[in-house]
Amino acid sequence: MKSKLTMLTAAAVMAAGPALADLVFPSLSYRTGPYAANGIPFADGYEDYFTLVNQRDGGIGGVMAKVIECETGYNTEKGVECYESTKGEGALIYQPLSTGITYQLIPKVTADGIPLHTMGYGRTSAKNGKTFEWVFNYPANYWDGASIAVNHILDENGGDISGKKIALVYHNSAYGKEPIRTLEELSAKHGFDLTLLPVDHPGQEQKSQWLQIRRERPDYVVMWGWGVMNQVAIQEAANIRFPMENFIGVWWSGSENDVKPVGAAANGYKALNMHMPGADFPIYDDLKTYVYDAGLSSGAGDQAGTVLYNRGMYAAMLAVEAAKAAQEIHGTADITPAMMRDGMEALNITEEKMAELGLPNFGPTFSVSCENHGGDGLGIVQQWDAAAGKWNAITDYIQSDASVLDALIAEDSGAYAAENNIAERCN
Amino acid sequence: MTDQFLYAVEVMINGLMAGVLYALVALGFVLIFKASGIFNYAQGVMALFAALTLVGLQQGQVPFAHLINAIFGTEVHHFGWHLPGLVAIILTIGVMVLLAIIIEKVILKHLVNQEPIILFMATIGLAYFLEGFGDVMWGSDIKTLDVGLPQGASFWVEEKTAILGTDNFYGFFIDKLDMVAALVAAILVISLTIFSQYSKQGRALRAVADDHQAALSVGISLRFIWVLVWSIAGFVALVAGIMWGAKSGVQFSLSLIALKALPVLMLGGFTSIPGAIVGGLIIGVGEKLFEFTIGPMIGGATENWFAYVLALLFLVFRPQGLFGEKIIERV
Repeated sequence: MKSKLTMLTAAAVMAAGPALADLVFPSLSYRTGPYAANGIPFADGYEDYFTLVNQRDGGIGGVMAKVIECETGYNTEKGVECYESTKGEGALIYQPLSTGITYQLIPKVTADGIPLHTMGYGRTSAKNGKTFEWVFNYPANYWDGASIAVNHILDENGGDISGKKIALVYHNSAYGKEPIRTLEELSAKHGFDLTLLPVDHPGQEQKSQWLQIRRERPDYVVMWGWGVMNQVAIQEAANIRFPMENFIGVWWSGSENDVKPVGAAANGYKALNMHMPGADFPIYDDLKTYVYDAGLSSGAGDQAGTVLYNRGMYAAMLAVEAAKAAQEIHGTADITPAMMRDGMEALNITEEKMAELGLPNFGPTFSVSCENHGGDGLGIVQQWDAAAGKWNAITDYIQSDASVLDALIAEDSGAYAAENNIAERCN
Repeated sequence: MTDQFLYAVEVMINGLMAGVLYALVALGFVLIFKASGIFNYAQGVMALFAALTLVGLQQGQVPFAHLINAIFGTEVHHFGWHLPGLVAIILTIGVMVLLAIIIEKVILKHLVNQEPIILFMATIGLAYFLEGFGDVMWGSDIKTLDVGLPQGASFWVEEKTAILGTDNFYGFFIDKLDMVAALVAAILVISLTIFSQYSKQGRALRAVADDHQAALSVGISLRFIWVLVWSIAGFVALVAGIMWGAKSGVQFSLSLIALKALPVLMLGGFTSIPGAIVGGLIIGVGEKLFEFTIGPMIGGATENWFAYVLALLFLVFRPQGLFGEKIIERV
């Protein structure tokens, strides 16, 4: 009798097949602290997309996605703690939404063999996959942003901006200083005068910088800000009556949070974006059916359609598509971080795929490879309509200037490789 | 007059205005330190909490809505009213008084006769608690403050002063909000001075500030004085929160304005209300002029650190600050 029971149990276990573990996607979020207003919509969008995939599609390739949220408070030390405490859960990819945390995680993920995706932030030269095996920054990076802003200004001026004055108002940190080298190179190429105006953290007091702008009257102001610095800068620009249509923020200075506190005076302010704003996409119908109406929204459920919610959703979508690619390459649904990296390097985002996902023309088409971890460097310019209370895309996707950026990326990644004795891969 | 000179004057005027805003924050620190010897680490968070409460009450936001909805599965967010600014301010003052009573009952009462460092540590705890409490109560989103304060350049000043220079001088820029802040600060200081000099409670407050034991021996209630001074500091925090919140929206980084008050306190002294004002003005003008003259030569962004350098320079000659009380301890 005992042997019969044993045989039956064994047969039942074999018939059921191996139980697949969840695919783990940690969310290093910040719902508290000075930057919570920006961290919340991103975290909500990120989690809601995975909820949608689980509820609508039954997971990724039949395996449920599991989001482990860890609060960083936008604090680098806490971010590293979150990484250490979640990596053992089988984490497939990290997206920390912080350049400071990114810099600390680069050596760690390299040692641990876990992909790090820093979409539009982090270390720009990580675009070079020959050096940065585990770090990705598609679809665009900071230097793409600087170049896209200048290209937009070129478009507005018939391709000639020689003699024009452009001021960069930037957060006086590693993040804010990122575009300086690129803008200096572009200044030399196109002949515009560049003025650098650093703003100390957190950026609540910017009177000196804006009085200087009022005195020197630059033709354009480009901003690299985050958090309270953005709202104060836009308010100060309005105070000195700087023409808002000539004020362009990077994609981290272009959410509803940055313009709404300024009210009507923010009308016409522009910002870059790496995806489209708004909720006018078919995916929102699915989100309503499977997530919002089912009471499964992340957070308070009040962020849908905002710029940063869309960005969180986009980040999750790119992670899911990379996981699908990894499953296809390796012929298994139960993928590892190394397989995930292979999927990311094989990522090919086409317009057909975006339409299929309910996101037609939501983001740029691009492909990733072993050499190119940064995509094609495309971005749009959006403009704030204060009366309607929404961002409108006013350009098509603008290509960054690869002739300038490629050399800078090769130089910076080469220096990193030499410092860390990294041999080039992808040969 | 050359344009450069006129622009330097403009920078100086704006420095004075910025200094007033710094002084508004510093005042709250001074009031509590003067009356109880406590360096209130939570003063910046109190400004944040006061501003959050003001906007929440004005816009009819349901406190703890997120928590209530999560527990009971409801969908309540707003009461459906929009209060006039003045009514919301009065109600917020009531909340700050209530907060002062709770702080006295829950924290300060139990720490009588403890070392100042213990009280300081308690205020650190209070700061973290209050920040989290404000988050749960009113949410983390950035709120627009609308109590009817004017914003933007004064065209009148610009037009009248533009004739002083050449075509490259555009007139003095003065933010209307800064002018209001200067007026409010002046009224606040005069009111506080009158209160402390001529009212019974004010005299009691000064007595406690001079000597706790002596004040107790003549029947002054230390607990009442603490509630009173924390209430006044709460009111000052509300004023600071309104002025700073009008510039940037009410958001959690508002608590960081306390950083701007520290050099002011070092310079002006921790125990003097006029010191907070004069210190604020010196810091404001000093940092702005330094940024204007030296900043461009050394890459800019000098204001944060130069404020401390300026304060330290003053401390070399007057360790107790410009208006601080000189402490002589004999052994």
